[in-house]
Amino acid sequence: MDNREQTLRAEKNARAVKTVKNIVIYAFLAVWGLMVLFPFYWMVLTSFKSYASYNGEKIPKFYVTDPTFDNFMNAFSQVPLGRYLLNTFVFTVVTTFVMVIVITLAAFAFSRLEFKGRDLLFTVFLSMMMIPGELIVITNFVTITNMDMRNTFSGLILPSVMSVFYVYLLRENFAQVPDQLYYAAKVDGTSDLKYLFRVMLPICRPTVVTIIILKVIECWNSYVWPRLITDDKNYFLVSNGIQEIRQNGFGRENIPAMMAAVVVISLPLIILFLIFRRQIMAGVSRGGTKG
Amino acid sequence: MIEKNNLKAWLYLLPALIFMGIFMVYPLVDVFIYSFEEGYNFVSQTSYGTGFYNFSYVLHDTYFLQAVRNTFIMVIITVPISTGFALLISLALNSITKLRELFQTVYFLPYVTNTLAVGLVFMVLFKKTAYSDGLINLLINFFGGESVDFIDGPYWAKMFVMCFYIIWIVLPFKVLLLTSALASVNKTYYNAAKVDGTGSFRVFMKITLPMISPTIFYLVITGFIGAFKEYSDAVALFGTDLNAAGMNTIVGYVYDMLYGDSGGYPSFASAAAIVLFVIVLTITCINLLVSKKHVYYT
Repeated sequence: MDNREQTLRAEKNARAVKTVKNIVIYAFLAVWGLMVLFPFYWMVLTSFKSYASYNGEKIPKFYVTDPTFDNFMNAFSQVPLGRYLLNTFVFTVVTTFVMVIVITLAAFAFSRLEFKGRDLLFTVFLSMMMIPGELIVITNFVTITNMDMRNTFSGLILPSVMSVFYVYLLRENFAQVPDQLYYAAKVDGTSDLKYLFRVMLPICRPTVVTIIILKVIECWNSYVWPRLITDDKNYFLVSNGIQEIRQNGFGRENIPAMMAAVVVISLPLIILFLIFRRQIMAGVSRGGTKG
Repeated sequence: MIEKNNLKAWLYLLPALIFMGIFMVYPLVDVFIYSFEEGYNFVSQTSYGTGFYNFSYVLHDTYFLQAVRNTFIMVIITVPISTGFALLISLALNSITKLRELFQTVYFLPYVTNTLAVGLVFMVLFKKTAYSDGLINLLINFFGGESVDFIDGPYWAKMFVMCFYIIWIVLPFKVLLLTSALASVNKTYYNAAKVDGTGSFRVFMKITLPMISPTIFYLVITGFIGAFKEYSDAVALFGTDLNAAGMNTIVGYVYDMLYGDSGGYPSFASAAAIVLFVIVLTITCINLLVSKKHVYYT
């Protein structure tokens, strides 16, 4: 009798300990979740406050009493935010598109074609992955300046279209495609190029999608190279645009308008993330850096 | 056997080789040449000698020394804290089932945001202005503290915001990798430990930690490299004139030398970039040596 009571009590205790442990874990996760979300909440909140009410609040309010769209209007009319967005869009699309073509052709050559010095060349390619960008950016800056390509899209795009790491990633995937498919295509008289784009790429679609997503994120957020190569506002990308807005944007430190610009700039990638959540997270854990 | 077709293969490789040659290989050689050319003039593209003057100039420049100091402080603070904290979060995530996806999604958000844009939000939260002390200062006041200007104020206040922001930015990547590493640990080990009645701390030290040590090690190496190249986050918080703010980083110094108000000196920039490269290489080698003893590969 005594024994049974003891086990019952022990079980009850264990359950209580587990509940407490769970509460602690969830509380911890929730606190960090709030820390992550708070800046986003604050920027959206502030972007809907009017200039007067924002500056009138000595202690900022956590809600907005009379939401206004004026800040968003100002963000597009007083500073060329639309222009920055368009530039970034063009830059991102063209860079990603050209890069996919360049790396696909290279990965195909490394995985399916045989030529003298292939393995040696591939080793050279791989060793280029270890070169930090800071070392090569200096000469690239001088090259682009000497070629009179400052403040042009070509100057922005050309140095960004080659990525050794993505060639490597794609080649690994291409190598997994069975040789038989290639021979079958050869027998049917399919050209290499057609085989590459009609057979290889569709089979390796997940990898290609991963690469595209990672490159789009990189392009949308790129700051250093555009800053070096553009000083004409007409060619600013969003990162430089927001920096420009911060330094001499709306005048009189119009924080709500600034926050509206921040919301507009952040939104495209957040929407992209919410749509392609799984692919992006899988892709980053496969090929992401940063951090 | 796949047919040999040299010409065709080189044709496929041509675009990649051209871009790589012009924008990667040539610059890599060139940066070393620049760094040894003394008195290089950007306009006339001439120099009057070769030697170590650029390195000596950079290593004696107070701005550079300040940048090195700042960078090392950021690295020493952010790498251990962010890795440890990411491990804590991942362990917590791994022990729950409800709401796990939601938490994972939320935690990943900083990865897809524009550093410069969100940095502005952090600036607004921490900055003390004529109108308001900012939300963080109000919080400090609430707990009885004095207001501090985190953006234009004392050095350690600025360093605090800087490190906090860096950790906020780099955590998503680490949490993502660590949660998948934790999830892939074979469950039979845990079951065996359970049968033996092993305590949970011992299980963590003897099973979990060795099993995920390759991931931790990878994160430490990439964390060190990333933190040494810190730059954009500093601009996001303190503006482009980092020297004036006293918060410049080594990479920031390189770009300032190259372009900007004090720019036009590719030789100094090259020398500074090479110094950075040597530092990063040394640290990475040390990491590799240490890992040989402590990392467990299956």
